[in-house]
Amino acid sequence: MSLSDDLYRETILDHYHQPRNHGTIETPTAQIEGVNPLCGDELTLYLKVSDQGKIDDVKLTAHGCSINTASGSMMSEAVLGQSVERAREIIESFKEMMLTKGETAELEGDLEDLEALRGVKKYPVRIKCALLPWNTLLEGLDTVNGARENNT
Amino acid sequence: MFDSNQLIKDFPILAREINGKQLVYLDNAATSQKPKAVIDSICHYYEHYNANVHRGIHTMSEEATAAYEEVREKVGALIGTSDTGEIIYTSGTTDSINLVAYSWGRQNVLPGDEIVLTPMEHHSNLVPWQQLAAEREAKLVFLDLTEDGQVCMDSARKLIGPKTRLVAITQMSNVLGTIVPVRAIADLAHSFGAVVLVDGAQGVPHLPTSVQELGCDFLAFSLHKMLGPTGVGVLWGKRAILEAMPPFKFGGDMISSVAREKSRFNELPWKFEAGTPNVEGVIASGAAIDYLNKLGMAAVREHELEITEYALEKLGAIKDIVIYGPKEASRRGGVVAFNIEGIHPHDLGQILSDSAIAIRAGHHCCQPLMKDLKVMGTARASFYIYNTKSEVDVLVAALEEAEKVLGHVAVR
Repeated sequence: MSLSDDLYRETILDHYHQPRNHGTIETPTAQIEGVNPLCGDELTLYLKVSDQGKIDDVKLTAHGCSINTASGSMMSEAVLGQSVERAREIIESFKEMMLTKGETAELEGDLEDLEALRGVKKYPVRIKCALLPWNTLLEGLDTVNGARENNT
Repeated sequence: MFDSNQLIKDFPILAREINGKQLVYLDNAATSQKPKAVIDSICHYYEHYNANVHRGIHTMSEEATAAYEEVREKVGALIGTSDTGEIIYTSGTTDSINLVAYSWGRQNVLPGDEIVLTPMEHHSNLVPWQQLAAEREAKLVFLDLTEDGQVCMDSARKLIGPKTRLVAITQMSNVLGTIVPVRAIADLAHSFGAVVLVDGAQGVPHLPTSVQELGCDFLAFSLHKMLGPTGVGVLWGKRAILEAMPPFKFGGDMISSVAREKSRFNELPWKFEAGTPNVEGVIASGAAIDYLNKLGMAAVREHELEITEYALEKLGAIKDIVIYGPKEASRRGGVVAFNIEGIHPHDLGQILSDSAIAIRAGHHCCQPLMKDLKVMGTARASFYIYNTKSEVDVLVAALEEAEKVLGHVAVR
């Protein structure tokens, strides 16, 4: 049996079996629901952002497929402890990798792990699964921003 | 009965290989494959008598009109009516149901009226009624399902009453496979003067169907799920009800005369067929019905009963599998929705696709039902005339392999 090797490579399965930062935050700065209307996948993202604009904590509860779960898990590792600005850059790099038709530069350094998801590009229907956590995070960061602007 | 292994030869697409493996097509509840006769009839129309219908005096227009209208008789015969005025061509089941919701619904549903549905309706037999109910301040009422996905008749007797204006129910669920006792529900609804619409999208392609036996007032179905091309559906309605209904779409073909300020509308069924119709699609649908008639709908049902029984037994033996819907094949059509605990249906679908097995994974346009079943979605294998027991074996082997690839994940 030929398998979707690219899709189900070890890193992805590892994050799927043991998703990092899985759970909830009791008093989050933002709590966002993400839904993929195509397949009905749902996730809830919790963010704790400091006054200085640093992501102190991020947690996810997901009821999704392996790609969705693994992508959310990797994302949480990539943005935890980063500034909101840096997180936005990371989201942008990731979305560029997933959505650009041709080849894009390899993700390097602390984003190297995310390269494992590049194989998902071969399965256009599944790109949405991989992007759901990221789009939800983007929405969360917008909420946090809005709240901070209102406070000042 | 017919031999599926012989029928396969009539379907060019079934010879296809994917990833070097023989295609196993088990997504028939989404759409069926088309026999060569249907594909050829489309080509023949375009190569020999392509013309608009009901218009020209020239030979080809007359030929096209005759072929287009002849199919109405075939459709009528298939569902047990000889009145071709009651057969309205639409673009599909969704279009048929919307026609009723807009034309009949806006005229007949009043504030406080109740529209009765089952919780397993396809979105196409739910969302139009939600819209209508919101507009007319009517109420949606849902019958209960039993544990194994059958309509609870006690709840029907309790919930269908004098306030019921419409009962809109599926003939056969596209997820659970449940065959609904339409007759009993229709009789109950009629005793309170309600109108009954049946969503036959899954039922008509797979079960011998007679509108007389169903006892309904409307029947909606699509031809693409029964060997025909996409873009053709049918709305059957009782003549008296259709005659009282206003047109739904306005324009050419649905009029008998037009003056600057006012028009007279055409008679049934053309009153509801505005604009140039899907001529090629309707003609090819005739070829599809011919093909099914050659087999006989009773034999189609018998074949599916056999393969569904086999699938329930083989799939049921897989570790950690949950199969939804009635336990006995006799109470269901050839649709088997399932989950393997700890594996998301999308992942299952993907891995099966690598083995050239096509199934559906997701919510099947039945999100409220998914919520009732407490799942995000399911995998679904659905059968038709050309499927064989050995394909069920291929499916089962691939599912066992999938469990190995993904490993078991504890429910979080």
